Amino acid sequence: MEMPVPDQEVLDRKASIVARFEEFLPAEAVISDPNETRAYECDALTAYRCQPLAVVLPGSTEEVAACLKICHAEGVPVVPRGAGTSLAGGSLPTSDSIVIGVSRMNAVLETDYENRFIKVQTGRTNLSVTGAVEENEFFYAPDPSSQLACAIAGNIAMNSGGAHCLKYGVTTNNLMGVRMVTMQGEIVDIGGAFLDAAVYDLLGVICGSEGQLGIVTEATLRILRKPEGARPVLLGFDRSEVAGACVADIIKAGVLPVAIEFMDRPCIRATEDFAHAGYPDVEALLIVEVEGSEAEIVEQLEKIKTIARKHNPSELRESASAEESAAIWKGRKAAFGAMGQINDYICLDGTIPVSQLPLVLRRMEELSKEYGLDVANVFHAGDGNLHPLILFDANKPGDLETCEAMGAEILKLCVEVGGCLTGEHGVGVEKRDLMLTQYNEGDLEAQVRVKDVFDGKWLLNPAKVFPLITTRARREAA
Amino acid sequence: MKPKSETELADAVRVSAAKGTRLQIRGGGTRAGLGHSVTGELVDVTGLKGISLYEPGALTIVAAAGTPLETIEKTLAKEGQRLPFEPMDHRALYGTNGKPTIGGVVAANISGPRRIQAGACRDSLIGVRFVDGEGTIVKNGGRVMKNVTGYDLVKLMAGSHGTLGVLTEVAFKVLPMPEAGATVIIEGLDYKNACKAMSAALTAPYDVNGAAHLPEGAGKPARTCIRVEGFEGSVKYRSARLKELLAEFGDVSVEAGLADSGRLWQQIRDAESVAAGEGDVWRMSVKPSDGARLADALGSDAQLQFDWGGGLVWACVSEGTNVRALMKGIDGHATLIRSSDATARELGVFHPEPAPLAKISAGLRSRFDPHGILNPGRMG
Ligand SMILES: Cc1cc2nc3c(=O)[nH]c(=O)nc-3n(C[C@H](O)[C@H](O)[C@H](O)COP(=O)(O)OP(=O)(O)OC[C@H]3O[C@@H](n4cnc5c(N)ncnc54)[C@H](O)[C@@H]3O)c2cc1C
Repeated sequence: MEMPVPDQEVLDRKASIVARFEEFLPAEAVISDPNETRAYECDALTAYRCQPLAVVLPGSTEEVAACLKICHAEGVPVVPRGAGTSLAGGSLPTSDSIVIGVSRMNAVLETDYENRFIKVQTGRTNLSVTGAVEENEFFYAPDPSSQLACAIAGNIAMNSGGAHCLKYGVTTNNLMGVRMVTMQGEIVDIGGAFLDAAVYDLLGVICGSEGQLGIVTEATLRILRKPEGARPVLLGFDRSEVAGACVADIIKAGVLPVAIEFMDRPCIRATEDFAHAGYPDVEALLIVEVEGSEAEIVEQLEKIKTIARKHNPSELRESASAEESAAIWKGRKAAFGAMGQINDYICLDGTIPVSQLPLVLRRMEELSKEYGLDVANVFHAGDGNLHPLILFDANKPGDLETCEAMGAEILKLCVEVGGCLTGEHGVGVEKRDLMLTQYNEGDLEAQVRVKDVFDGKWLLNPAKVFPLITTRARREAA
Repeated sequence: MKPKSETELADAVRVSAAKGTRLQIRGGGTRAGLGHSVTGELVDVTGLKGISLYEPGALTIVAAAGTPLETIEKTLAKEGQRLPFEPMDHRALYGTNGKPTIGGVVAANISGPRRIQAGACRDSLIGVRFVDGEGTIVKNGGRVMKNVTGYDLVKLMAGSHGTLGVLTEVAFKVLPMPEAGATVIIEGLDYKNACKAMSAALTAPYDVNGAAHLPEGAGKPARTCIRVEGFEGSVKYRSARLKELLAEFGDVSVEAGLADSGRLWQQIRDAESVAAGEGDVWRMSVKPSDGARLADALGSDAQLQFDWGGGLVWACVSEGTNVRALMKGIDGHATLIRSSDATARELGVFHPEPAPLAKISAGLRSRFDPHGILNPGRMG
């Protein structure tokens, strides 16, 4: 992975730069000893690591602003960080950068049930946002699988999704406002506890901008009343294509489940060994969940079962209790962990039009043979967001490279059939160099211009999202 | 000019950019009154029309920006689907009679009552193509629902009123048309209780997708309207529960019927009770519980309508009233939807942004339209 050559002049000034932070931040909030900054050398894309110059952990928006003013004045690159669970290398530092982490800022600032929003500091974890409103029967809808660990900060930067976004949308559809600090150290409020933008939809651009436009310190999030109940049904099929066709039929019939999850045989087997969820040994498995009152759940499940039966499922298991529901979800929720137990893997995140599912699954099998690496699939089928896991052996020289090459082929395939490189994990460094397969130079130039407006010196997370070649002139001029 | 293809449009914009010719971009012209008036050579985009892709099983449709909205809606209806965000029709309000285009809907980010549950136009919009102010064709997003590849310029284009680019193609996520619908109506509430009742409905687990309040008028008592849609049995159940829940507020009745065919929700969507008034029309987005406060601040002469559970306030006020000055202490924004040109100039159509944001907006405009030729002055 090519990264920009670090600025030697900045590296040489490390001591004086660190001293400026130490002037106003508590000692434990400035980390510059390489033994301690190691904890920040990577995110969940652990194949790439680099120690930053230093890490600062401000405790307030004002402190974030002060930190950014210093970095702006010193011309030091900044890598914003939430919980460091990015799978795209979004929070991977460079050696001349300051990591600004918001993990100490995790307070709930305001909860308003009448108006259905919550305002939090962005270091708060995703799950603990729901945790803060649960006792009143409310929840925050976007639910990435990493929700126990990941922070709202990263969710906003990556526009993260989750299993239930088929019905409730992803982060951008549930974000009402932010307080953000610009690279110049200016504090701005965008949006709030009301709907839509007054002028341009800046909130819409900031969400998903991967920490390149500003550091988001507070967020106003839409919260929803919990449905009366929810129940999944598990469907097993002998062929993946048939499972794919069943998904399309369910959607066409007007049933809008909250989630439709797909797992293939390699994934089912690995998960069974690990989580013992009692899944059938089938080629493809669907978990379809619906919500509502008891009568509504029955009404929707009847429709789904009728559709499913037309596709001759080898297994049709409706949950009859909370325990059975938990058992149906158990394997799915453990899938990533299970795969990690048996293998090293990289997790892809392309999206395809649902109609292309059979074709893409077939092509992936062919690629798997060609490259000699196994692929396991677990993904959000309702919206075509695939998560192929390519298994490799990190101890085998060259295996990671083969794995990445195969991953790139799969993502290109997603683009070819009308989809995209990333549905929810973001571009980061991981997919940066593939951007030109989806967008041409003019398309990217339009995006890069937005960064020019927010961060003229190109100091915020500068080596991410865009192929280095397309941004080199800007980074060097700044 | 009336280009017939995206490339023809791009060529024309490039020539205009070189000459510094100002362009006035127009779809159906039914919302021409929305924003400051613009002069310049007319670019009629209705030559760019047609649905290029519709996949009901994937809930996606892609169309050229000049396609009539009606064509999109009919095409979707044939497959039992619809646009989620229930776009408002501005013809009653502006007294126009052209055909709204889908590009016009996007350019102004037009949504209706269902916005509170299904999101705004920008939330259903999954891809755009546009020509920027230098004549470059730009694509962003695509045709799949989940896409975080690069910056989200799709959202930026929605509601940019043609000042950042001329839209040529738009892609949407669509939703199934529900089997049934019902409206729970409470009569005779004042603004405060109406907002309370709407909030009670919206914080109950019944998936309400419309919550509006029409004040007393035209021989009818004030009506607070709560809508649910879905499968038959589910609609019956939820409307019955809402009826029970809202009984404490007053006389509650239930009207069965699908919203889209119902006059009531069309009337709400198009802000008809306000459109009929004489005077300036304002549209304010606030915290729902501030709706009633805002009504008080506007005074009893204002004709009002509430949507989005109280969070969207429509007001017809006497000419020249500075509604923003009356919003003191209330967060949100007010858009001057209909007024004389003089009032628009004096008060500004769009809510003023705080200085740092105004600087960012101006920066974006100068990057996307460096020669200042795209609907110049439209947004102030
Ligand atoms: C096991 C596992 C499962 C996952 N499942 C999902 C899933 O289901 N759906 C999904 O969408 N993702 C998933 N992810 C990916 C990841 O959890 C998300 O991208 C998450 O939103 C990252 O949040 P974070 O706080 O850890 O961000 P970080 O990794 O710290 O940072 C992510 C990006 O955000 C930027 N950033 C961080 N803080 C700020 C800030 N305050 N202001 C501006 N920019 C900032 C960083 O610079 C970086 O570019 C998963 C990851 C793992 C490891």
